[in-house]
Amino acid sequence: MSSLLKVTDLVVSYGGIEALKGISFDVGQGQIVTLIGANGAGKSTTLRTIAGLVPHKDGRINYEGRDITDLNTQKIVENGIALVPEGRRVFANLTVLENLRIGAYLRKDKDLIEEDIQYVYELFPRLKERSWQLAGTLSGGEQQMLAVGRAVMTRPKLIMMDEPSLGLAPLVVRDIFSIIRTLKGTGMTVLLIEQNANAALHACDYAYVMETGKITLSGTGEELLASEAIQEAYLGKTGR
Amino acid sequence: MKKKNNIGSYITLGVVILIYAAVFIAEQTIPSTSMLFTVLKKGATYALVAVSMNLLNGFTGIFSLGQAGFMLIGAYIYGIFTIPVSMRGQVYQYFDGGLVQFTLPIIIAMILGGLAAAFFAFLIGLPVLRLKSDYLAIATLGFAEIVRAIFQWNGLGPVTNGSNMLRSFPNFNDFNITDAQGNVTVYLSTLIPFIMSGICILIIVLLINSSYGRAFKAIRDDEVAAEAMGINLAHHKRLAFCISSFFAGVSGAMLAMYQTTVQAKSFTSAMTYEILLIVVIGGIGSVTGSVLSSFLFVACSEWWLRFLDEQQMIGDFQVPLLRNGFRLVVFSVIIMIVVLFFRRGIMGDRELWNLNFTGRRKNKGDGK
Repeated sequence: MSSLLKVTDLVVSYGGIEALKGISFDVGQGQIVTLIGANGAGKSTTLRTIAGLVPHKDGRINYEGRDITDLNTQKIVENGIALVPEGRRVFANLTVLENLRIGAYLRKDKDLIEEDIQYVYELFPRLKERSWQLAGTLSGGEQQMLAVGRAVMTRPKLIMMDEPSLGLAPLVVRDIFSIIRTLKGTGMTVLLIEQNANAALHACDYAYVMETGKITLSGTGEELLASEAIQEAYLGKTGR
Repeated sequence: MKKKNNIGSYITLGVVILIYAAVFIAEQTIPSTSMLFTVLKKGATYALVAVSMNLLNGFTGIFSLGQAGFMLIGAYIYGIFTIPVSMRGQVYQYFDGGLVQFTLPIIIAMILGGLAAAFFAFLIGLPVLRLKSDYLAIATLGFAEIVRAIFQWNGLGPVTNGSNMLRSFPNFNDFNITDAQGNVTVYLSTLIPFIMSGICILIIVLLINSSYGRAFKAIRDDEVAAEAMGINLAHHKRLAFCISSFFAGVSGAMLAMYQTTVQAKSFTSAMTYEILLIVVIGGIGSVTGSVLSSFLFVACSEWWLRFLDEQQMIGDFQVPLLRNGFRLVVFSVIIMIVVLFFRRGIMGDRELWNLNFTGRRKNKGDGK
């Protein structure tokens, strides 16, 4: 499988402290790839750096065979990388529809935008019901759907999700993961960060385990689920 | 839903036309010395600057307090370029008639005033817009004070007339149509400022409802998410800042016309606070609210509460407390009541054209 995103020796530091100490990983075209790890392992920093929101110190990021390391966020979004930020971060005082339109802000193809709004409504019928409601009045799960829908509106090839299950009820978490699989079904590539390692490993094609700014393990979901080290550290020893 | 939106727009359009007609008729029938016209003229001016401040503070979430400075620039540019050449010797009596020896048409001078304000906004925006909330407010407030000092500096006297006032430029009364004897045949001195303000506010409303406006609101709600959606923060903030300042400059020119004179020392930070107050009372994020509260505010401060400043007798009984300055006390109390009990202002973040005229709850709409 060809790789869509290739990160090589990426180093990021915040005020002298290295959050990422040279990580390398591949995201294959059409796959769900997940980064798992404890708090402070550098997972969010990785996504934010790829999205151009955080400056990097060293290393390269290649996307579709092109070097995108030094592009600004705007260009990166235009190239088809979308970020669903941690904590949903919907625009609370805008309506659901306006939120979706913001997602398409950089796009010029007016007709296709309308089509894509309908597409997002198909993915998330709940959003259609609430399209004139202010995003701040939605429930947590609905806001997460909106955050994903907003990212889909950028017409991404790669969608990066930062802890989409954070603070959501177990039932809603299941919905979110089924949505992630649906997105994969439409040909999108998903780079997923999760603390819910169990769910993430079941959903993903390939996984990387991060610890304090380094990648310590990698393998397919099944491999990692079977690994004793992973069971001990992330799934609870008695696990499933 | 789209249809309902249209109903709101039509009703708004109707209300606006009615108001303009009422202003025109009132002007022809009521003596021009009435306080009503003072209030309407100043209200129209303040409505524009309040809406421009709302664009920045309410819609983009940039807490700027530089309005008085940008108004000053607009007012001075307008004054400097419209004083008739024949009057310049008198106005610039300490500076040999000044450097500028030509006049521009009123509209051009107003737009130039706006552009000059926008240009200064661009310059100070480069460093200042990196700041957040309170720090930005302090920096812009400082800018306004600096501008005020610079315009009073004698070294610039040949252009700005130093600390002396600019006068004799065309004011609102010059819009009245007069016959050969100088008698006014058609009064337009109130309608014209309404039209000026109306056009500018319409432009701002169109901007707010465009995709740019949506980006501004997204920045206000969540900068990080907006950036992640590919919205260039620096560019959009600068754009909002310059546009807001442009209209503050234009309203400064209108204020010059209203006052008939311009003097830098009157553009104090207290003026910015007045405008901020109007925005807060009207509702942060509501253009309609800003317009409404401008007129209410001006009417209260210039007219309805004036009686509080004079001794009043009821029969032989002299009402206690009423003396010069008491108006401001009452005013402060009103402001405290508004801030305590009507925190979202008159309109909240609603607009006249979004109100539910059909009585159906908007949020329950089926999204069609």
